[in-house]
Amino acid sequence: MRLYLQYLSIHLRSVMQHKVSLFLTAAGQALMSFTSLFSIYFVMNRFYEIGGFTFQEISLCFSVVLMAFSVAECFARGFDTFASIIGNGEFDRMMVRPRGAVFQVIASKFEFTRVGRFLQAAGVMIYAVTTADVAWTGRKILTLVFMTVSGVIIFSCLFVIYAALCFFTTEGLEFMNVFTDGGREHGKYPFSIYGKHVLRFFTYVVPLALVQYYPFLYITGRTDNILYMFLPLAGALFAIPSFLLWKIGLRHYKSTGS
Amino acid sequence: MTKYLSLFKIRFLTGLQYRAAALAGLATQFAWGGFYILFYKALNEANPAALPMEMGQLASYVWLNQAFIMMYATWFWDKEIADAISSGSVAYELTRPTDVYAMWFFKDMGNRTSRAMLRAWPILLFAVLLPAPYGFSAPDDWRIVPAFLISMLLAFVITVSFSMLMYVSTFYTVSPLGVRVFLTAASEFLAGQLIPLPFFPQAWQKAVALLPFASMNNAPFRIYSGHIAGRELWLTLALQCFWAVAMIALGRAMMGRATRKLIIQGG
Repeated sequence: MRLYLQYLSIHLRSVMQHKVSLFLTAAGQALMSFTSLFSIYFVMNRFYEIGGFTFQEISLCFSVVLMAFSVAECFARGFDTFASIIGNGEFDRMMVRPRGAVFQVIASKFEFTRVGRFLQAAGVMIYAVTTADVAWTGRKILTLVFMTVSGVIIFSCLFVIYAALCFFTTEGLEFMNVFTDGGREHGKYPFSIYGKHVLRFFTYVVPLALVQYYPFLYITGRTDNILYMFLPLAGALFAIPSFLLWKIGLRHYKSTGS
Repeated sequence: MTKYLSLFKIRFLTGLQYRAAALAGLATQFAWGGFYILFYKALNEANPAALPMEMGQLASYVWLNQAFIMMYATWFWDKEIADAISSGSVAYELTRPTDVYAMWFFKDMGNRTSRAMLRAWPILLFAVLLPAPYGFSAPDDWRIVPAFLISMLLAFVITVSFSMLMYVSTFYTVSPLGVRVFLTAASEFLAGQLIPLPFFPQAWQKAVALLPFASMNNAPFRIYSGHIAGRELWLTLALQCFWAVAMIALGRAMMGRATRKLIIQGG
């Protein structure tokens, strides 16, 4: 952990060398999700509710997903750019160092610019929490925390899977972006509105709906089933197959040479 | 002119080599398109009267957008051009007896066209097979086709000239990432790539329609499905012509200013 903090401070000092660029990029990132929020607002302005959800409720869903994604991207960014780490032989160097590969990949990159997105997500969350028609209780707040934390884990796992697949293909698989960027972009609405097949897929295969749709039903009082509160924790189990895939990939790894 | 066309051809042929990437891209684009279709389907089922375009029109819009995304994406970034500026190798380009703006313009066009050509046909062919209101359908009126093609071309020129503005901005800031992320986000939204422009509130629509972004993918795709027709069609084409000329003029002016006082660092 101390080592990680040291890495962090190195990264921070290095980006601080280009302050204007850092802030502009962060602002751009924030704007990008603002346009996303605007698009929700425009749609809701016309339809009032989709699948029975109001604008405030959907913004709550949006903010949880966005926050989870931005935190995951901050920390797991190294996995997102893993194709280049393998491609340029950097990974060979990591293998000979006396630390775990996962640790080194995580420590190799830290995206401070995602702070823009994170702050925006936090802002939307505060707005949604205060205006949505929800009777907040201790349990519901805890559910919200579960959703966000497990969301971070699941998005991070998706980055890990993306990286693990690089062991086999050397190149990054563009298709994974359907789940990462796509999960963020389409996950701003509860997955139920896309129909039951999509919902099933995001429940049993990529468990994003477990941190989004089901606990969200509990928070908005559409169900009293206490089980729904703990579903995000079940979603976090997604980490197990992800890391198995990583391990298999690691064993399969052949250097690209230099 | 021939030299620029051959640059276009070189880039086009190079781009055609990336067939595996295009195949992977295909699946991605299908999935994104499918999500959008399901989303609009949900909207349509919630309240068909509130949908500003017919479901069939929306579906054609979505599939055209996915098929030609490489032509109209403002996030598309030709690393070679951008690196030429930030690494200083632009100095070589400037010594050539060619117009650098035109050279890059055609390079970018060639690059985008090849990628779009690899993806567009399979996507559209597949989308044609989807059931009625959710697939890609033929235009109601075949007479619209020439206008659609002209509009496609103008939109393409405007998109490329907008990218050129972003490349040129690299001359002014050494770290272009921030400017780029910002402009990409704004343009994507205002071009109707997140949600089609008719979804915007009335007051917004009027203002946004005049911006160059509305002259990008928005114009041809809505002409295709007959959402823009009659007098509005001619106005849209006229506005597209204006923006095509204006954006190129602006890009050239900015580039001229930048290259006149360009300082290459290092030796």
